[in-house]
Amino acid sequence: MSLNIPAPLARDLVDHAERDFPNECCGMIGGRDGVAEVVYRATNIEASPFMYVIDPREQLRIMDEIDDAGLDLLAIYHSHTRSVAYPSRTDVELAFFPQVHYLIISLAERETPDLRAFRIARTTPPEDGITEVPVVVND
Amino acid sequence: MSTVRIPPVLRPAVGGARELSVEGATVGEVLESIYSDHPEVRAQLVTDGGELHRFVNIYLNDEDVRMLDWLDTPVEDRDTLLILPAMAGGASASPAHP
Repeated sequence: MSLNIPAPLARDLVDHAERDFPNECCGMIGGRDGVAEVVYRATNIEASPFMYVIDPREQLRIMDEIDDAGLDLLAIYHSHTRSVAYPSRTDVELAFFPQVHYLIISLAERETPDLRAFRIARTTPPEDGITEVPVVVND
Repeated sequence: MSTVRIPPVLRPAVGGARELSVEGATVGEVLESIYSDHPEVRAQLVTDGGELHRFVNIYLNDEDVRMLDWLDTPVEDRDTLLILPAMAGGASASPAHP
């Protein structure tokens, strides 16, 4: 199973990461059958280069919007502005949604942003809970 | 009896229910009652130290109970509680893997 992202949505995700740089951006992706259809940008209430927390009120609103649109919550996304697109210890400790993809946009190499997706379970040690899911960007 | 709204992420732990009717005079008692019937919910929401995880939000009739009396907040019949684990993380610590 892969996470399929149409190219315009992938550009939108990178654009969000760049706009919020140097802070981490965050949001959700709605879709069906592993194919992304809508990117929902959210506010990172931490406004930090090292941490994201989706505004809980927005989280509720967006989850309802995804539900009302007949879509599934496919992914929760955030950016890593200086490190690789791989879950940090914090990402694992706070991964309350094991059925949802966690998509990470890395801007560590600004000219070549990297998108990778994972299923994450809160385990000890943290690396045992991480399963990479291939990201396919479709033109 | 209050109504507790269960988000999709927790539904498998409560047998698929979207809502539960639960006895309890406070938010803490309502949660304990859910844990007692559905131990897997405790595993998802409570830390090894026995505290409700600080990244789990609880709303009583749309008000964040952290702004009220937290777990001691009184719950009346027909109140609605919502359990909402946060969507959070970030690069703060070293990667779990290189």
